[in-house]
Formats: sequence, C-alpha cells, structure tokens
Amino acid sequence: MLIDWNNFTPWTALAGGALIGIAAALFILINGRIAGITGIIGGLFRPVMHDAGWRIAFTAGLIFAPVIWLLFAALPEIKIDASYGLLAFAGLIVGFGARLGSGCTSGHGVCGISRLSPRSIIATLTFMSTGFLTVFVMRHLLGAS
Amino acid sequence: MDKRLNIFTALTFALLSGLIFGFGLILAGMANPDKVLAFLDLAGLWDPTLGLVMGGAIAVGFIAFRIAGKRSSSFLGLPINIPTSRIIDKRLVFGGIIFGMGWGLVGICPAPAFVLLGAGSIKGIVFLFAMLVGMGIFELIESQRK
Repeated sequence: MLIDWNNFTPWTALAGGALIGIAAALFILINGRIAGITGIIGGLFRPVMHDAGWRIAFTAGLIFAPVIWLLFAALPEIKIDASYGLLAFAGLIVGFGARLGSGCTSGHGVCGISRLSPRSIIATLTFMSTGFLTVFVMRHLLGAS
Repeated sequence: MDKRLNIFTALTFALLSGLIFGFGLILAGMANPDKVLAFLDLAGLWDPTLGLVMGGAIAVGFIAFRIAGKRSSSFLGLPINIPTSRIIDKRLVFGGIIFGMGWGLVGICPAPAFVLLGAGSIKGIVFLFAMLVGMGIFELIESQRK
C-alpha cells in the first residue's frame, strides 16, 4: 500500500474529527438525540411532523457551516469529478440505501461505533468495504479516473 | 425552566451541533469528495485522512455516550433517545451495501451533501436532490408495505 504523504492531513483530520465528536456529544447530552443525518432527515418525511424543529435546526447548522466559515477564511478545495448523471444515480442509491440500513457515516460510523453498537459496527464495516470495492472496480478495473 | 425558553434553548443547541459538525467536516477536508475517494482508493495513492477523522470523532463520542448512558435525561431534561435494536438483518446489510456503492461512486455521504449545498456546489446540490428523492422512494415503499 502506498500512502499519499503529500495529501494526508493528520492534524486537521484529528481536529476536525474531534469537532464532529463534540457536535455528536452536545447533541446527545443536550438534545438527547443521535447526530445521524440519515435518521434526522428521514424523520422529516413522516406525515406527522411533531418533532421537525430540532431536525431542521441541526440540518440548517450543516448548511450554514460553510457560509459562516467563508466569513473568516477560504473554504478548502472542493473537487467533484463525477458527471451529473453519475451524481444523480449515486445520490439516489445513497439516500435509499442509508434509509434501508438505518444510518450512514454519521449515525452508524461515528455515533454507533462510539456507543459500541454491534449493528452499527456491522453496518460501518459493510458500507466501508463496499465503498473500497466500488472505488477499486471504478478506478482500477474500469479505468475511470 | 420555562417551557418556551427550554424549546428555544434546545433548538439553539441543535443548530450549534449542526454548525460544529459542519465545521469539523470542512476542517478535516471531508467536504471534499475527492479526498473521501482518496481514502476509499486502497489500491491507488492512499490518503488515510478519513480514518483519522473517524478515530478523532469516535474518541470524543465514546466518552459522551458513556456519560449519556448513565443519565436518565439530557442536561435540558429531554429524554435521551439511544437506539435499542440489536437485530442484524438483511435490511441493515443490504442498506449498507447500496449506500456504500453510491458513496464509493462519487465520494459523498449524507452529511457532507448538506455542507456542499451551503458551499454552493452545483454538483453537490444535484447529489443532494437525488439523495432526498432516494429517501422519499424508501419512505413510499415502506408506507405501502404496511
């Protein structure tokens, strides 16, 4: 395995990760909720929305983060090579799959593993290995960039 | 505490949690799909960043959930909602496979999709819209199963 030392950013990774952990900590200890985006958004699809407030507030925070960031500093590079068609297809299955599996990288990957949930550990291992496999097939077997 | 004040405080903290979560994703480089794909590309030049981000988040989260597990209600007196299911079924695994495929195709998962919207990325917005449609389709199928 070749590590990309030029692009590996361990310190901002740890600091950013700690911030994500602090956000999840605040959310469970103050709001009593799991910071899992799939579940938070999923709850907004219900016909009866008695608890839409905190769901919308958390999501608004995610959306406003880059806006506020931009007031103080430039955003780090955002590079998306995928075509619009591929993005639409991927978005569709990400939304469907994350709901079917009851969670994504935030709910299962961060919060679930933090509380040592066997379901979340299995889910994270599943989507991570599928992610590794998909990139391998796309880049090294099919030769996409 | 006054009930209305309590609701206001809860909403403020929910917004703050989302903001800090978003700042963490941006700082860590995880709002950049290219960097996420560089983590998922084990056979290429591998960028281990995402692994460390999760490690950092889990280290803090582990302590928080230990505290949460010992409490009967949150610091605002709200119920603590921790999932109790321990069933590992086909839905969990197939859901993970389908989600992982989409994630591996473009390097975007649900939380960063919302950050990309705020950053004004058109491609990110296309992904986010499709993702919400995907969630809607799931909801539709679920409601007809019942």
